[in-house]
Amino acid sequence: MIFFSFAVRNLRRHWIRSTLSIIGIIIGVIAIASLGMMGNSINLLVASVITDIGDTVVITPHTAFGGTFAGDPRAAVDAAIPAREVEMIRRATNPHRTIPVLQGADEVEFGRGKSGYARIIGLAPEDIPILLNIADGQYPRQNQPRVLVGTHLAREYGMIPGSRLTIGNENTRVSGVLAERGLAFDINPDYAIVVSDAWYRNHFGDKDTYPMVIVRVSDLDEIDAVKEAIETRINRREVVVDVADSREILRQYREIYRQITVFLVGIGGISLIIAAVNILNVTYISVTERIHEIGIMRGIGALRHDILRMFLYEAMILGLIGSIIGGIVSAVSGYLVSVVALELATTGMTFGEGFMIFDMNAIGYIAFGMAFGIGTSITAGLYPAWRASHLAPVDAMRQK
Amino acid sequence: MSDVPLLLFRGVSKIYPLPAGDVVALDCVTLTVMVGEFIAVMGPSGSGKSTLLNMMGCLDVPTAGEIYLSGREISRMSDDDLTRLRRDRIGLVFQQFNLIPLLSAIENVEFPILLTTARAESRRRAVEVLSAVGIEASHFSHKPGELSGGQQQRVAIARALVNDPDILLCDEPTGNLDTKTGTAIMDLLAAENRRGKTVIMVTHDPDVAAYARRTIRIVDGRIT
Repeated sequence: MIFFSFAVRNLRRHWIRSTLSIIGIIIGVIAIASLGMMGNSINLLVASVITDIGDTVVITPHTAFGGTFAGDPRAAVDAAIPAREVEMIRRATNPHRTIPVLQGADEVEFGRGKSGYARIIGLAPEDIPILLNIADGQYPRQNQPRVLVGTHLAREYGMIPGSRLTIGNENTRVSGVLAERGLAFDINPDYAIVVSDAWYRNHFGDKDTYPMVIVRVSDLDEIDAVKEAIETRINRREVVVDVADSREILRQYREIYRQITVFLVGIGGISLIIAAVNILNVTYISVTERIHEIGIMRGIGALRHDILRMFLYEAMILGLIGSIIGGIVSAVSGYLVSVVALELATTGMTFGEGFMIFDMNAIGYIAFGMAFGIGTSITAGLYPAWRASHLAPVDAMRQK
Repeated sequence: MSDVPLLLFRGVSKIYPLPAGDVVALDCVTLTVMVGEFIAVMGPSGSGKSTLLNMMGCLDVPTAGEIYLSGREISRMSDDDLTRLRRDRIGLVFQQFNLIPLLSAIENVEFPILLTTARAESRRRAVEVLSAVGIEASHFSHKPGELSGGQQQRVAIARALVNDPDILLCDEPTGNLDTKTGTAIMDLLAAENRRGKTVIMVTHDPDVAAYARRTIRIVDGRIT
């Protein structure tokens, strides 16, 4: 223990230098842990808001880019699937349900001077109950020009069954309020108005094309067969449509977010490596300053590994103190920052019951940050410690 | 007393290779030291006195030749084995005292024994030797910088004695001390020799050398 005591005393003797090194480690650990937690929080958020409908195959017009979320570049190029191809999809996927989707946007007046733009989704009346659930009211009856309102839109504008609203110049009433669906890969009606396909065509003009076709597969084991059938029938000569099932898309999104997390942790790692270079510098200076002292110790009986241990203790103590403080600060600040940042980024969104932003993975990132902090500190101390332990006692004692 | 020499040098040379040419510090030295001797090593600066002492103290290894400590060859030993010999069988006293500034007087003395012994025992032994070399208890906790030159050399001698070594090797032990303090230190070393310790010291000073019962003169790395 005498060499541990030596290490502690030497760190105390140069307390400003030691404190600065510890601060470096604290910053590095906080960077790794909090950025890791941030990435993890994004993952958790995405997982909580995305509705994983495993039985859905989504068919979209082929463009150079993929993706089915809002902001999809296909919207800009106005690509669509013609009715003829929808019919081919229907035949290819029979007996599974094929649901063509119409989507547009228009100005909507919600009464009492409240208005805004809303997404309008057009579906065949018989397809609506298959895709969407009602929270309040009822599905519109055949030929009834009533509409369904997404849950968030209804809440924001105080819409209930029977409320009046004007889409474009067309007055209508709310037939029902939809149950919350979350962020899905097919349609996202929570902030939208769902109308019948006939109403949609009447309102927007009779376009015989669809931006998206959904196929509901009755048996999950047949998903690959359905995708294969569409590919064979539609994309035989050239790629006309992109076919994806929600599990595959979810897997891709998770992979993207996993990579974001790795990237964020990597940034944290860089700051910790900078801190490690500082420890290397501090330990190296310490060795250089104490060459004479090392010579005396070696001269009177300290073995090489005793000297090695003494300098490694110094690096380890710096790493340990920095990592523990960094870990505690990360646990508190990382949690607060994640909560505040996500609250700002997701205002108005709702999450599943018991949604937690701080889970075991987040604690894992703190532990990883701390372990990385201690590990890099010891690694940084290795070379100077090795150098000190291999000084010849006579030569070391001669130096002042 | 055993007939086996405590130290035996047989044809020992030490050559330092330098860019300007090799420097021969010791040139085929052969000598014998018996248990209980008090030897002064004298010679002009650069004659090889300190190199000889470093070899005796297992601080350095020869380029050629053999060194035996109590019949055991040490010139080809590993670094760790040499370090253990220094710790257990050799006490070193330097002109510059070479105390560890971070440690108090008693901790400096404790250091070699703490490497192998529990703290309670090492503390008891450190107190014993510090008292034996004339350091007052009130100075035990002082750092080297808070002690006079004479006190520092006494602490250094206490440190050299704490592991009850076979040999005390002293490099100009009074070189940094005034005459009165130097005399006191030499009395201390002579007393240790009377108790049976083998003492070998390097010195320029004939008055100091007079304490020894045998003088080895060295010039240009050779014993004359």
